[in-house]
Amino acid sequence: MVRNLKSLVVLPLAAFLSGCNFVVLRPAGDVASQQADLVTISTILMLLIIVPVMALTIFFAWRYRHSNAAADYDPDWDHSTQLELVIWAAPLLIIICLGALTWMGTHLLDPYRSLDRVSSNQPVPAKTAPLVVNVVALDWKWLFIYPEYGIATVNDLAAPVDRPISFRITSATVMNSFYIPALAGQIYAMAGMETKLHAVINEPGTFEGFSANYSGAGFSGMRFTFHGLDKRGFDAWVAKAKSGGGDLSREAYMQLERPSENVPARSFAKVDPDLYRAILNMCVEPGKMCMSEMMAIDAKGGLGMAGINNTMPLTYDKQARRGTVFGPGPAYVAGICDIAELGGEGPQDAKPRLPSGPVVGAGLPKPDLARVSLPPLERATYLIPRLEKNS
Amino acid sequence: MFDHIDLVKAVFGRLTLESLPLHEPIVVVTFIVVALGGAALLGVLTYFRLWGYLWKEWFTTVDHKRIGIMYMVLGIIMLLRGFSDAIMMRLQQAIAFNGSEGYLTAHHYDQVFTAHGVIMIFFVAMPMVTGLMNYVVPLQIGARDVSFPFLNNFSFWMTVGGAVLVMMSLFVGEFARTGWLAYPPLSNIGYSPDVGVDYYIWALQVAGVGTTLSGINLICTIVKMRAPGMTMMKMPVFTWTALCTNVLIVASFPVLTAVLALLSLDRYVGTNFFTNDFGGNPMMYVNLIWIWGHPEVYILILPAFGIFSEVTSTFSGKKLFGYTSMVYATVVITILSYLVWLHHFFTMGSGASVNSFFGITTMIISIPTGAKIFNWLFTMYRGRIRFDLPMMWTLAFMLTFVIGGMTGVLLAVPPADFVLHNSLFLVAHFHNVIIGGVLFGMFAGIAYWFPKAFGFKLDPFWGKLSFWFWVVGFYFAFMPLYALGLMGVTRRLRVFDDPSLQIWFIIAAFGAFLILLGIGSFLVQIYVSIRNREALRDVTGDPWQGRTLEWATSSPPPDYNFAFTPVVHELDAWHDMKRRGYERPLGGFKPIHMPSNTGTGIILAGLATAMGFGLIWYMWWLAAASFVAILAVAIGHTFNYHRDFDIPADHVAGVEAARSRALAAPGAHA
Amino acid sequence: MTAPVATPLAAEPVFYLADEHAHAEGHSTMLGFWIYLMSDCLIFAILFATFGVLGGNYAAGPAPKDLFDLSLVAVNTGMLLMSSITYGFGMLQMQQGKVFGTQFWLLVTAVFGMCFIGIELYEFSHMIHEGATPQRSAFLSSFFTLVGTHGLHVTFGLVWLFTLVVQIGIKGLTSANRRRVMCLSMFWHFLDVVWIGVFTFVYLLGMLR
Repeated sequence: MVRNLKSLVVLPLAAFLSGCNFVVLRPAGDVASQQADLVTISTILMLLIIVPVMALTIFFAWRYRHSNAAADYDPDWDHSTQLELVIWAAPLLIIICLGALTWMGTHLLDPYRSLDRVSSNQPVPAKTAPLVVNVVALDWKWLFIYPEYGIATVNDLAAPVDRPISFRITSATVMNSFYIPALAGQIYAMAGMETKLHAVINEPGTFEGFSANYSGAGFSGMRFTFHGLDKRGFDAWVAKAKSGGGDLSREAYMQLERPSENVPARSFAKVDPDLYRAILNMCVEPGKMCMSEMMAIDAKGGLGMAGINNTMPLTYDKQARRGTVFGPGPAYVAGICDIAELGGEGPQDAKPRLPSGPVVGAGLPKPDLARVSLPPLERATYLIPRLEKNS
Repeated sequence: MFDHIDLVKAVFGRLTLESLPLHEPIVVVTFIVVALGGAALLGVLTYFRLWGYLWKEWFTTVDHKRIGIMYMVLGIIMLLRGFSDAIMMRLQQAIAFNGSEGYLTAHHYDQVFTAHGVIMIFFVAMPMVTGLMNYVVPLQIGARDVSFPFLNNFSFWMTVGGAVLVMMSLFVGEFARTGWLAYPPLSNIGYSPDVGVDYYIWALQVAGVGTTLSGINLICTIVKMRAPGMTMMKMPVFTWTALCTNVLIVASFPVLTAVLALLSLDRYVGTNFFTNDFGGNPMMYVNLIWIWGHPEVYILILPAFGIFSEVTSTFSGKKLFGYTSMVYATVVITILSYLVWLHHFFTMGSGASVNSFFGITTMIISIPTGAKIFNWLFTMYRGRIRFDLPMMWTLAFMLTFVIGGMTGVLLAVPPADFVLHNSLFLVAHFHNVIIGGVLFGMFAGIAYWFPKAFGFKLDPFWGKLSFWFWVVGFYFAFMPLYALGLMGVTRRLRVFDDPSLQIWFIIAAFGAFLILLGIGSFLVQIYVSIRNREALRDVTGDPWQGRTLEWATSSPPPDYNFAFTPVVHELDAWHDMKRRGYERPLGGFKPIHMPSNTGTGIILAGLATAMGFGLIWYMWWLAAASFVAILAVAIGHTFNYHRDFDIPADHVAGVEAARSRALAAPGAHA
Repeated sequence: MTAPVATPLAAEPVFYLADEHAHAEGHSTMLGFWIYLMSDCLIFAILFATFGVLGGNYAAGPAPKDLFDLSLVAVNTGMLLMSSITYGFGMLQMQQGKVFGTQFWLLVTAVFGMCFIGIELYEFSHMIHEGATPQRSAFLSSFFTLVGTHGLHVTFGLVWLFTLVVQIGIKGLTSANRRRVMCLSMFWHFLDVVWIGVFTFVYLLGMLR
């Protein structure tokens, strides 16, 4: 027993002495520091009860060992109301404290909440807009888009020290988790959904970031560098990206999106301004209906029988590369809006384009016919003219 | 008419020669070893003409004791497989530094960690827990068998069927590369088009049927078959925890069945439950699977708590302290376990209020759990503690589990979880509670009840050796992972950049090696104990001065468990009987009504496994034929109206007389 | 089970039943079957929840109001409700020990059950023919799965029912057969209750959506 305890104490101790980088406990960003504080406080709070329990276990085991005839032996003692009260009350009190701490900490450190301080003694200066970074998890690399500067980087992220950062995170593939231990806690990156994370880096330096949720074969190499830079350094970093060339158009993105492993850092001087919205709504590919549009249509009751055959077969399609034995071939829903409209308020425009009145079964092709061979379309507006022709 | 290729496809589905992993040397060598070992085993069984014996006495048995033992054997065999996976992972992570890719490809490594998790939970922990409950519960409540003996046999073989499918995936095709919960969209057909996830789905579906039915069976047994006088509040604590566990099984495994069925529809039919497109929602899967997954961990730990209660009380020579609060704590944990599932994915972005709700409910569970720890503590207080092996495991549990409990509560604080989620800290935490809680509990239970099942004790020397290797090995293997988690190292990584981390992984690998020695010592312990069984023999049936009814009968108990159904007056019924001068009845025996053996269970489970195999490989004829056969056999079984027989009174008298002679022999009570 | 045992704690405590009766065969079947039904109910609960979450995701395709034919579904509901009533008649006949009457009403139940399945299959094939396949949208996936799972249960109930009719024919209304008829009755009424849920939440509320 003593040996167990020893290893328990010695191991972490040795670790601290050896100067390992316990980045979770000693991070460089304010949010992560507060989270680390919470880890420490909760641990101490719990040790208040854990340590006495462990000590008592060892003490009782030793004191009441069989060979110790001197100790009391009371084989029928099995109840004590006072003791029971203590037994239930002690953990309860700890949990009440911890619960209060949790409630406050969770709300205060909600990743969706904008920061109100840069560090413990420095509030966010007035009129400071956060640096917006759009984050996309790809198979198996990270794409970062800086709308403010019109640049994009792969597996390379930088931010100025003491300026709040606002991450908008999504995935173009399976679920990943965006995590820079030195900066702030992680949050999932999910396709067709956007999560948010607010953070700030307080010390300049180079830190590690990675995906913290297993995402397939290239997962181990899905790492990136995060640079905390002073203002000048950051400007230089942006300028370098700008002068580096490269244009992340939709076509370039479609190439980038294909699975690759251990991808070195690179940058793009120019980015299609609507690219992130299109990725988030899974409609980078021409002709695909955007999620936002689909959801707006669904909220208004769907497209009725008119929309029933609107599934576009396409052999090369990443999101829809299905392969079920009994189901139909790969397909997606074709968009009925112009892709350019995405830049604006998009979804609301969907309605006026729809023909009013019931359109149930208005001369649409039979299911079988629809699936056979529809030509790939540049702009998937085929539904509208067809409907107009028939009505 | 038929093209040759089409015929091959129609017969073999997607199974081709390329499906055999001949290019993976590790798998080939494993296969050769397993094949040789298997051939040797088959040879021995044939040579000694044991097939008939095994079939008649074991495979077709409906005796809860034998089924319990078979569950334990299954659990131990699968432990070897699951542990091989563990040590392969530890080795890979210990060497994959400084540009080295290690010795496992991503394709192989990703299968290894998935298989490790699936096997350890479903085919090691579950069979062991079910096995102990099956063996002990009817004895503890003074019953002669479970409520539905045939169903019990069927459940067991379904569990074996699932295990067979998982084992098959090692040599025919491959296993899932998705992590043990197979989150979509990664597990959907688009990202995992091969057979791995299908093996996963059908192995769990086949085994899940068995688990659910066995849960129903044991609830009925506990509710309906208790000995006269045993009110609910006089039930032994292990039986209480078994009841709560089985309630959890029945109320959570259908969720797993349903969610896996939806996933398989996505994969086979192309529906859109968990897809990214067409309105599907992968995050629904994550919610649903954890609605099963969280109760699952309590399914595993509650019986272990029950074992520790029995052991502490017996080896302290004392009544259990606070029986009533122990029971209420168990029930509270049972209920609360349904209100915490979201803590497995705080990082999904559910919002602060939702996260804090689930964080706080999780913490509340630690209150009854803490109360339990205190109850064991005060059971030891003013006791006379004998440090036999079961008690040693219990003490190691109490010291280890509190650490795991503490890190668990820490992970329940959402902001702390944001920095520790999916890290090696988390891995260390759940191994801390599952090894330190469930596995230590199973070993305590095995050491405690082995003499009951076989009539001789386990060898203490090798047992203690195994104990120390396990305990020390556990600390070496998992304390470094806590540290690594605090360094921000995430789980399931195959290669590493930072060379300063390597030392920690080497320590962890060393710990895994110690655990290997622990498992080895455990196997040697069983071998040595069987060899020295005469020296370790216990004829009293009560080697530990036990307190509950299972110690009232002989070891091993006769087929009928109790010649006369016992009548219970107090909580520790057997202790009470001994105290008040109970005399074993020596005459007046009556015929005893018992269920007959049947081969239907193993046949049905075999067919279900074949159906699973057919579905995995798209061999539609096999799946359809097996399905029809299952229906036919099941219906055929219902036409059998003679499922039981009477053990004649003479036979009972003979067995009991033999026991009287053994008890009277010199040295019986040594 | 827990028969009262007179045990004065005084002089002669009774520690075993010298004269006991074995547990009657099937003594816990009813309880076991109830628990099974509850576990099955949980599967339906998950499917309902799935439909609740995904039921509005039409993927720019048809919604319930475009697809459902309420009058047909109402007829179908009538079929299933009728089958429950006729099952009840079968139970009454069984209580009176009438073998033929029991078999007759069970078979009538089967006819209604088969009509129900037939209408449901017609509805499904009609929808699929129109292009509203389970693959078209998450709404249709969850619709077909929920309703289809219920239909599958009814189908297995029918297989069971025919088996029982044969068994009653061979063995008569033995206690084992009576128990089985009782279990099937619980199963059948359970499916009825689930269908009421389907009719309300899927069809009626779907039309309002």
